[in-house]
Amino acid sequence: MAIAKKAVVWGLFAAGGTLSSFVFPALIALFLLIATGNVPNGLQFEQFHTFASSWLGKACLFIVLFLSLWHAAHRLRVVAHDFGIRKDTLVANTVYAVAAIGTVLAAFYLFSIS
Amino acid sequence: MSRNPYVRPISTTTWYMRHGRYKVYVLRELTSFLVMFYSFLTLFGLYALSTSPERWEAFLVSQQGAGMIVFHAVALLYFLFFQTFPWFKLAPKAMPVQVGETKVPDNAIIIGHYVAWAVLTLFIFWLAGVL
Amino acid sequence: MGTRNLELEVMRYDPEKDKEPWFQSYTVPCNEDWVILDAINYIKDNLDTTLAYRWSCHMMVCGSCGMMVNGEPSLTCKTFVRELPDKVRIEPLENFPIERDLVVVLDDVIQKLHQVQPYIIRKDDPPPEDQEYIQSRGSLAKFKQLTMCINCMCCYAACPQYSLNKDFIGPAALALAHRYNRDNRDQGKSDRLDILADHDGVWDCSFVGACSEVCPKHVDPAAAIQQMKVDGAVEFWKQKMGIPGDKS
Repeated sequence: MAIAKKAVVWGLFAAGGTLSSFVFPALIALFLLIATGNVPNGLQFEQFHTFASSWLGKACLFIVLFLSLWHAAHRLRVVAHDFGIRKDTLVANTVYAVAAIGTVLAAFYLFSIS
Repeated sequence: MSRNPYVRPISTTTWYMRHGRYKVYVLRELTSFLVMFYSFLTLFGLYALSTSPERWEAFLVSQQGAGMIVFHAVALLYFLFFQTFPWFKLAPKAMPVQVGETKVPDNAIIIGHYVAWAVLTLFIFWLAGVL
Repeated sequence: MGTRNLELEVMRYDPEKDKEPWFQSYTVPCNEDWVILDAINYIKDNLDTTLAYRWSCHMMVCGSCGMMVNGEPSLTCKTFVRELPDKVRIEPLENFPIERDLVVVLDDVIQKLHQVQPYIIRKDDPPPEDQEYIQSRGSLAKFKQLTMCINCMCCYAACPQYSLNKDFIGPAALALAHRYNRDNRDQGKSDRLDILADHDGVWDCSFVGACSEVCPKHVDPAAAIQQMKVDGAVEFWKQKMGIPGDKS
């Protein structure tokens, strides 16, 4: 039913957009810091591994990745449409597949950190 | 008198060049590439983290360099000004709050977002050992 | 009173003679306090009686005089000459077929306004004849802004999603639907849901926000549409979890 699919996808988009708007600047800033060669304590293997082993750490990382992936996927679908690529079903399936793969990988990697 | 309406053609690929506000919209939407990119970069990091300490060190080393500094700095500014700040500005439109007869002013909601963002960012920096 | 000569480049189109539209230039001596509609009326009265265009109230309540002024969807009775440069390009509203000169075909949008069932729908009995609906000022405040729409269609001229897909129901129709959904006298939300939840309904909107920027009555259709998306998403999960929706 039309409302079902679009409502769910939009919900993920909205939640992911809110979360990524709040979290991604800090994330990019951390990558910037790493790029200068100054790796902060919390991102040394010991500390970060411990954080990612905890259920709280896993939950945080997974939720951020899951929602951000689906947010980006849905938006890229709209971007494709805005740039004249009108094969919406093909685009939708592609972007959502990418998001799904990312989600599965996130779950897999997080699960295997113990 | 016969009707013969004329339909003006528009380009589906360059329509946004017609007006400044459309160009801003497109720049805003292109930040979705950044969201996808950093999600996968983080995923790659998690892969390294879940494999071995050596893999993680190698990942950290691979992320260093002048090119990366420039890229992340530009990406950070672009993301802030075309995703985060616009998102906060539009938030009160999607969630209007009314107390009795009066609507909570948009600015209050926007400022609330900025405060929450600042607090969350400081918290993340503290967790990461930056602070 | 000072006058300034403005050069108006006006789009012309004669359906019986022209293959495509073309521009005609007129020099109009404008008073300082004129709106651009006054300049167009001057053309009609003094320079070229063949120019066809719509206008009526000249006071921003009828919605007839919407046109593109230097590429911006505008109510020409609200656009002051003192805010315009010496050269002004006047075109019919974007995204609509041109009937003749500055007159556009509005059939599509009129039909869409009907589609959203823009009237109070009751499931319960209305109050008895000698009583009225109770509506507090707070309840009115929830949707009053949305009642200000004068159907000028500037929002459709601004909306890129409508220009890319004419099936999109569009900003004014959606704002109108929201106006009734938010009215506490109305109980027709579920009746309107099918049209709104359709893929050419609210979901086609990508929150460009141009509609709200150009709206001369500050209706803010963009906000209305986002609120309907939130409503739609919440409604979906409520249905899934078996929570009954409110009657309205």
